[in-house]
Amino acid sequence: MDAIRTEALTKYYGRIRGMENVSLTVERGQLFGLIGPNGAGKSTLIRTLLGLVRPTAGRAQMLGLDTVKDRERILARTGYLPAEPAFWPGMRVRDVLRLSAELRGMDCGKAAERLCRRLELDPSRRADQLSLGNKKKTAIVCALQHEPELLIADEPTSGLDPLMQREFFALLSERRAAGATVFLSSHVLSEVQRHCSHAAVIRQGGVIAAGAVEQLIHTGARRVSIRGCVCLEGLDGVRDERVTDEGADFLYSGDMDALLAALARGQIQDLAITEPTLEEVFLHYYGKGGAENDARPA
Amino acid sequence: MTLVRHELRQGRTAFVLWTGCIGALLCACVFLYPEMKGQMAAVGDMFASMGRFTAAFGMDRLDMGTLTGYYAVECGNILGLGGAFYASMTGVCALSREERDRTAELLLTHPMSRRRVTAEKLAAVLAQIGAMDLVLLGLSALSVALIGQAVPWRALLLLHGACTIMHLELGCVCFGLSAFPRRSSAGVGLGLTAMMYFLELLANIAERARPLKYLTAFAYCEGADILSAGRLDTPLVLCGMALATAGIMAAFRRYTTKDIA
Repeated sequence: MDAIRTEALTKYYGRIRGMENVSLTVERGQLFGLIGPNGAGKSTLIRTLLGLVRPTAGRAQMLGLDTVKDRERILARTGYLPAEPAFWPGMRVRDVLRLSAELRGMDCGKAAERLCRRLELDPSRRADQLSLGNKKKTAIVCALQHEPELLIADEPTSGLDPLMQREFFALLSERRAAGATVFLSSHVLSEVQRHCSHAAVIRQGGVIAAGAVEQLIHTGARRVSIRGCVCLEGLDGVRDERVTDEGADFLYSGDMDALLAALARGQIQDLAITEPTLEEVFLHYYGKGGAENDARPA
Repeated sequence: MTLVRHELRQGRTAFVLWTGCIGALLCACVFLYPEMKGQMAAVGDMFASMGRFTAAFGMDRLDMGTLTGYYAVECGNILGLGGAFYASMTGVCALSREERDRTAELLLTHPMSRRRVTAEKLAAVLAQIGAMDLVLLGLSALSVALIGQAVPWRALLLLHGACTIMHLELGCVCFGLSAFPRRSSAGVGLGLTAMMYFLELLANIAERARPLKYLTAFAYCEGADILSAGRLDTPLVLCGMALATAGIMAAFRRYTTKDIA
């Protein structure tokens, strides 16, 4: 059974497209990253999965259940970490955590205490007066204290310092080891590359590529760094080119023979051809014609 | 019931402030009665010469020299209008507040149906309004006893009962309104209450405006009508209940299907 499965999921806010024909599968136990710039449809997808907005068309299942018909049953087994957590005025962190547990009909006191200790969160502080980082920590405890089978996190590390980011991902690894699935959206591609097993790239409301992170990186494009002098004119597939006095650096997705021929005509002192980072792959997908030429079926 | 308890805790400060202020004004008004009693004949004559405004406030049918007449006019307005503002504020913020404060995202990702969230929030609104009216009835009875008068229980229960129904009606109508906006709608609630109050005055002043009574919740709270008839005006109360039901239905219909921003 898949943790998340969407079929042609579409959401329009009036005439404005939120997402269109999003078909995606997240298998159980995966740490899945959703990548895309602002307005690409990441939050719309997450909000639709959680039942905060109703889809215009298509369907979605989470943990084998329909997200519209079985919303409560899904939410009982799911934790959600919003991008910008907000809490009720006048409540202390411990009150928010207790309320969240009570709304689930659970007593999560011990788990909450353990998580607060790990995240260095003072439960006696007023939740509405916390910094973004501490609000985020409170939301993490809310999302994890009931040990959900599925965690959905929208921009989870924004506002967290690097140490806390590390602790957060350690917590996610522990949840994964216990069999949970994690679905997160992020702008930070290095974070997705480092921690996620699978990812999807979303653009203009639709998924344009999805799969294992390792596979996504193998787009066929290569980062070429040259020390020396070479003429790249007439060479198709050169993008993100940076030329300096010492050499050139570019992303290449064209014919390899043509590249080698061009390099042979130049004066090369040093050469490195490497796989691009996910950041570069992301730019590749968002680059002119990238999606049309290189997208794999999602 | 978790959400009801949470809502009651969230509304605690507003409840204490509004109930305290209205209660203090009610008590102050009752405490003035022994001093005013002797002057009420002159005051009554003065009020009787105010033409249509005398009718607007029902002072042509009440004897201001009696405790019940004095209470219906002086305290009735404080209780009716003050409580109405509290009821409308409580109702109109109940659902919209979650979106205004961006807490809807947190609340609605817990395993509770929107229907249950709406029902528990409505229960909390009604409980707060009911509790306020109960406290105010107690304070009124106590203040009457403290000035050495026999508590006119029947008149007091009729007047307070009518106001409670009116407050609950306004609370329900405003609760319905609170399901629609994405931001705060406190102004809408207060505006609606003020408009209903002035519709009631207008209906009392002008004969042609009398049908407006069926639109305003204040119509069946008219102290003069209640005390002279010894009961509430059933058709007006039923109109009010119909409006309240429409408000509740609108809240459920809208909030269970709306997209949360």
